[in-house]
Amino acid sequence: MVRFLVRRLLNYVALCLAATFVAFALASLTFNPLARYAERQPPPPVETIAAKRLELNLDEPIPVRFAEWVGGIANGDFGTTITSAPVGDQLWQRVGVSLRLFLVGTVAGAVLGVLIGVASAIRQYRPSDYVATLFSFLVLSTPVFVIGTLLKVAWLPVNQAAGTQILYFGGETTAGFSGTGAEMFVDRLQHLVLPTVAIALGQIAYFSRYQRSAMLDVLASDFLRTAQAKGLTRRRALFTHGLRTALIPMATLFAFGFGLLITGGVFTERIFGWYGMGDWLLVGVQDQDTNIVATVTLFIAVLVLISSWLSDVLYAALDPRVRLG
Amino acid sequence: MSAIDRDSAGKRSDGPVLQVRDLEVSFPTESGRVMAVRGVSFDVAASEVLAVVGESGSGKSVSALAVMGLLPPQARLCGSIRFRGTELIGKSDTDLSRIRGHRIAMVFQDPLSALTPIFTVGDQIAEALLIHGTASRRQAGQRAVELLDLVGIANATQRARGFPHEFSGGMRQRVVIAMAIANDPDLIIADEPTTALDVTVQAQVLEVLRTAQQVTGAAIALITHDLGVVAGFADRVMVMYAGRAVETAPVDDLFDHPRMPYTLGLLGSIPRLDATGRHPLIPIEGQPPSMIGLGPGCPFAPRCPMVLDRCRTTEPDLLPVAGGEHGAVSVCVPLTLHTAACWRSGEIERTDAGPAEVFGLDDIPAVDLPPRTERRTVLRVDALARHYPVRIGTILRRTVGAVRAVDGVSFDIREGEVLGLVGESGCGKTTTLMEILELTPPMSGSIEVLGRDVAGLDRRERLAVRRDLQVVFQDPVASLDPRLPVGDVIGEPLAVHGMGREQIRERVRELLALVGLRADHANRYPAEFSGGQRQRIGIARALALEPKLLVLDEPVSALDVSIRAGVINLLDGLRVRLGIAYLFVAHDLAVVGHIADRVAVMYLGKIVEIGDVATVFGAPRHPYTQALLSAIPIPDPRVERRRERVLLHGDLPSPADPPSGCRFRTRCPLFGTLDETDRSSCIDAEPVRRQRGPGDHEVACHFARVKEVVQYRS
Amino acid sequence: MTMTPAAPPAVATAGPVEIPSETLSRGALVLRRFLRNKLGVTSGAVLVLLFVVAFLAPVFYPWDYRAQDDLALLTPPSPAHWFGTNQLGEDLFAGSIRGLQKSLVIGLLVGVISTAFAATVGAAAGYFGKAVDRALMWVVDLLLVLPSFLIIAILSPAFRGKSWLLLVVLLSGFSWMITARIVRGMTLTLREREYIKAARFMGLPAWKIITRHLIPNMASLLIIDATLSVGAAILAESALSFFGFGIQPPDVSVGTLIANGTDSALTFPWLFLFPAGLLTLTVLAVNFLGDGLRDALDPSSSRGRAR
Repeated sequence: MVRFLVRRLLNYVALCLAATFVAFALASLTFNPLARYAERQPPPPVETIAAKRLELNLDEPIPVRFAEWVGGIANGDFGTTITSAPVGDQLWQRVGVSLRLFLVGTVAGAVLGVLIGVASAIRQYRPSDYVATLFSFLVLSTPVFVIGTLLKVAWLPVNQAAGTQILYFGGETTAGFSGTGAEMFVDRLQHLVLPTVAIALGQIAYFSRYQRSAMLDVLASDFLRTAQAKGLTRRRALFTHGLRTALIPMATLFAFGFGLLITGGVFTERIFGWYGMGDWLLVGVQDQDTNIVATVTLFIAVLVLISSWLSDVLYAALDPRVRLG
Repeated sequence: MSAIDRDSAGKRSDGPVLQVRDLEVSFPTESGRVMAVRGVSFDVAASEVLAVVGESGSGKSVSALAVMGLLPPQARLCGSIRFRGTELIGKSDTDLSRIRGHRIAMVFQDPLSALTPIFTVGDQIAEALLIHGTASRRQAGQRAVELLDLVGIANATQRARGFPHEFSGGMRQRVVIAMAIANDPDLIIADEPTTALDVTVQAQVLEVLRTAQQVTGAAIALITHDLGVVAGFADRVMVMYAGRAVETAPVDDLFDHPRMPYTLGLLGSIPRLDATGRHPLIPIEGQPPSMIGLGPGCPFAPRCPMVLDRCRTTEPDLLPVAGGEHGAVSVCVPLTLHTAACWRSGEIERTDAGPAEVFGLDDIPAVDLPPRTERRTVLRVDALARHYPVRIGTILRRTVGAVRAVDGVSFDIREGEVLGLVGESGCGKTTTLMEILELTPPMSGSIEVLGRDVAGLDRRERLAVRRDLQVVFQDPVASLDPRLPVGDVIGEPLAVHGMGREQIRERVRELLALVGLRADHANRYPAEFSGGQRQRIGIARALALEPKLLVLDEPVSALDVSIRAGVINLLDGLRVRLGIAYLFVAHDLAVVGHIADRVAVMYLGKIVEIGDVATVFGAPRHPYTQALLSAIPIPDPRVERRRERVLLHGDLPSPADPPSGCRFRTRCPLFGTLDETDRSSCIDAEPVRRQRGPGDHEVACHFARVKEVVQYRS
Repeated sequence: MTMTPAAPPAVATAGPVEIPSETLSRGALVLRRFLRNKLGVTSGAVLVLLFVVAFLAPVFYPWDYRAQDDLALLTPPSPAHWFGTNQLGEDLFAGSIRGLQKSLVIGLLVGVISTAFAATVGAAAGYFGKAVDRALMWVVDLLLVLPSFLIIAILSPAFRGKSWLLLVVLLSGFSWMITARIVRGMTLTLREREYIKAARFMGLPAWKIITRHLIPNMASLLIIDATLSVGAAILAESALSFFGFGIQPPDVSVGTLIANGTDSALTFPWLFLFPAGLLTLTVLAVNFLGDGLRDALDPSSSRGRAR
């Protein structure tokens, strides 16, 4: 099994590099950073533009630029932005912001989604099943940026009624706030809730649909019938034999779900004013900055692939048929 | 040994263990309400074996699930099911679960999906004990290992820690049986426990069931469609049709004196291993009725050759047939009574009519061909081999070994001859078929169709050869494209080979008539036909191009028993009329014995014995052939009781790693009786096929000798 | 002693057999199942209505989406301006309708094109296997790693000022991967079906087998998938337009409207709620329709059972 996981890991690393290369190449081809630079007022002199050109390596062929950039990463250097600041400066801070947002949202969403899916399947055709289904459809049909804003619109009256800001709408922390460790933590929490809900809702909807379907399949399976024939009550058979087996397909979904989450994360960051990687991507495209875009792509690719790899690990852990293969 | 004699383990033998009265079960479906069981009453006495026989739609499985309380929630039940006096209908799931697995146990049909994939086998067996508080945790683990040993699984202690996917189908079924007997139940219900298994494995599992019964003294309700198994295993039989019992009798009585036309038909339609092939089987027309909106009258009426007007209006009750009377009797039925549900059973009793008299015999023309050696060779296969490399690794794939699916197979088929290729799963017969059909040069060896080596064919020539080589597949549902009307399906090969539209239409009409279907059926879709009819359509398609050789891959095993005879007769008749040769692959030797001229027995990719049917069946020389033949149940209780079974040890070795020398030696019953020097020749030297008997009879065994396992009457 | 049966014995090759006549044609069965799903039927009706409104309303509605009513800046919904107006006096209903047209057309085109492409790639990968399969699936995996949003965003400067059809092409280019995987899986299953083998052994060439036997038998899957892709495409387009990467000004999309309205969502809610609501309604209807189709066409799904 270890060999299996290592093999998958190597495959992922290759995919990672390839994906980042694609993004890098596309960005290099379509971006024209010098144009924007030259449009600044007052217009920079020709020599400065030429110097800038050299600085950004714009004359070299793309594969070479990419190779240099990748080489730089080995030393922790992610290149420079158009404004000549090292990409590395902002990178780790932004990574932290994004991770804080994504992780809580994903875990909460996945766990709740699985629970709701299982419950729906067991109570198929009853009102609670319909409600859950309707809710899932609604959430999956609404873009994340709408959900985010709707949350704000919905929560505003609550804040107004309470007279104070129970939950904040913008940023990770309140600017200029200082207090004890506990107070700072609470402040962060107050800022975290709404964006996390925005992300988690999508995850819940996604996981609950698929888990419901997987659970329904298990409910009709032969081995469940055998367990009952042995003398387990239906409920007991469901929980011991059925549940764990139904969770197995979810392991593979985890990776796909994470991919969806990242796109949603970009929007959420923008709407709630969190300055993370998603936000940086938008900045990079707007500024036509190849290095920023490539770095963010690498970050996303690594995250997606970590989640895929985790999927594999989970799958192997849950399903003994894979373990010995 | 009668039921009373077999009573052991201190079981109370007073009164029946199970009493079912007027059981009715119905389900809602897409197209209406299905009355799956329409008033069934029966008893199961302590320690007896009751066989419940029926085909699809008979309601036998549903009745079993009803007894266990495992029907889906939408099902509606009424009637009475009393287990040792306690009424089961109406009990809650919690109450029933105390009885299930404890006093009544069940074994299901498909062993591959019966066990939970994520728990070890030992844990699953132990669970049966822990749930009912029969043992503590440590004791349960111990007992699980003992039970595994009892059901014949070697290295029980080690294997108890294995997962279900590491076990073969036969072994999984044994595990399920071990789970069933763990708590010493009073009644074991076995729903088609061996249908999904190979015939030698079936023999092993039935042996395990017998052991289980001896050890626990339990009664067994065996549900099956295989009358051979019934003959060898049951004390009493109940025949079900369309949701009702239509005949019950002690087993000898049923086989000797069936009194209901359906039973008569069933008995007449099964090919027997010990009967010769040239008299035709007795088919039953039509197919089992749809259970939705069943009309009044006897459900068998549309198919019955003895039908009266009265049969169509009033359904007959299940009544005793003693002494020519068809009279009413009280509900409490003594176990030796023979009952039948037919208005004319009294008549049948008086005249002692058999299947041939009631149904009439088909007219199959006799085969009139010159001797084998004078006929043209239609197919010659020489040292054919097909290995599948086993590769690991994703980016750089290394070959670590090969699955030797077919490893040196040679045979030939002459014009108009039928060769049966038999063997169990994993023997390579299907792979052999596919290799031949591909018409591409094989991995090694050669294939010659009508004298032309396939190695030298280009695309156009291959297309031309395909005209002469056609195929009929096993699964009638999957062998026809559900999206095309039947006329298009049959006409497709003609279109591929360039026939004109009008000509195709004409030919399709001819072909439909040839297989017994109507011309206007050409516009209907496959879903509208029954299994037997679909198979006929498949046959029509195969005959469209007038091939010289027809390859058939288990053409009747997916069909209901009562329908098989019709298709077998059709194939028999067609082959005589059209002079086609058949390569007939099957695992059911009785069918092969009926229709084939010659038979080749395969094991792990090699042919171990080949020759004409009379010789191979009547005087088999290879131990595997002997075991195979002895494992096939014959639908005659007296013969079955006297038969000596040659049981094989263990499981089929992996085709990726076959044993050295003779591949069969790990399971060979003969091997165990040999001395050291003889054994070493089996281990070191692979036996070569050698002529042993009359005709072209060849056997691949160092110590081949005749052992009669079947009274083959020619 | 022979028995005289009441009716002459039947013989195998004579007397053709009757077919039970009560089975409906396949199309009728599917329709009946679909109609049973009220949500699906309602959604279908809603979509038809949306199409009609989107393309006919501009004929009847007085305001054009570009017109600026200087007398009505930031007015809430009224009989004159059904959805209200924005800061520039542009009528929101007209804008929403214009955006809806875009969304529906783009969604439909992307749904159909991406499904068709996915079917071809998936069927080829599944049927031919080996090297073809491995190569195609590696490409699929690669494209799945990169969120399509990212790539299209990167490419957006290149199609500033060009036709929105380019957006359709790009969106299609990134929506086919998951469907291709599913089609490949189905092809692998169907390939072993005996009627496919029969076709091969009859001498049918590979491309004919794929088009005549494989794809029609996946039609249900493809229809359902195309429908759901439409919904996904509409969402993707609005997301891109929201950030300015999709439909460019002066043209209008539901996404751009929502973007304009988001900042004022707390103060002038109609600027946000109407376009957002319209978008959600459309995608919701598409999803319910797809679900209803799935229940009708693929009865093996456990939800299709009658009560």
